[in-house]
Amino acid sequence: MVITRYNPIHALLYLVVSFLAIAMVFLSLGAPFVAALEVIVYAGAIIVLFIFVVMMLNLGAETAGQEKQWLRPKVWLAPSALVMVLLGEMIWLLISGNNTVTDVGVVEPKRVAISLYREYIIALELVGFLLMAGIVGAAHIGQHKKRVLHRFLEDSKTNGVPGNGAHTDLVKKEERQTEIQKEISKADT
Amino acid sequence: MDMVLALAAILFVLGLIGALTRKNIIFILISVEVMLNAAGLAFIAAGAKWQQADGQVMFLFILAMAAAEVSVGLALVLQAYHQHKTMDVEQLKQLRD
Repeated sequence: MVITRYNPIHALLYLVVSFLAIAMVFLSLGAPFVAALEVIVYAGAIIVLFIFVVMMLNLGAETAGQEKQWLRPKVWLAPSALVMVLLGEMIWLLISGNNTVTDVGVVEPKRVAISLYREYIIALELVGFLLMAGIVGAAHIGQHKKRVLHRFLEDSKTNGVPGNGAHTDLVKKEERQTEIQKEISKADT
Repeated sequence: MDMVLALAAILFVLGLIGALTRKNIIFILISVEVMLNAAGLAFIAAGAKWQQADGQVMFLFILAMAAAEVSVGLALVLQAYHQHKTMDVEQLKQLRD
């Protein structure tokens, strides 16, 4: 269902259902901590990121029409029905009182934490570096600047032919950047 | 246990099909998310089978990697959309030309 939708919001709703179902599978496999993490990080944070980007991308007049479209029951009926199936299973399990984990034993979070901070400590640090690099990269890429793809492209758009003008522009830009950097370093000191 | 591995395989294949057939970048990212989920599911299943914590540790790493990948990927999508006004990967061939 996720990969066949045409509207990204529909696909995201089905993706939430998929994440919740996978979290339930984790729970039944004896990994409650990871199930909670799945719900929080995937169904919470990553979906919010996706929705944020989808909403940023279709700005303008068609948004109002789309809002009207989204409110039709056809849109949210099927994902909510699937979520209702999950909820019904949970309620049935709670009522039947048979809420012991199946034949697999539980790997409790304590052992995960001990293993994480003893054997995998270097990998943990590396993951920290990765997240830091992700944040810095996203902040750098996502800057809202009217940036052109390439200096020749910019020049051919404005001047018609790429030539000396591009080069001088580039030199000017570099000079400006070095000036800015000098100012920044002065301000720092 | 075999059922869980089969489920992980099915999810992975679905994500792969989505990543290969869709042309919208956002859908490709979503499919990659599904594939990462399938890999994490396989890790958890293996960890539950041998009663070791390593599977869950690996899932935590997959989680962090997915978060970083999604943030950078969506920033790239935003930037590409602002420059090309399209989400079609067929038209984003500036690097090839």
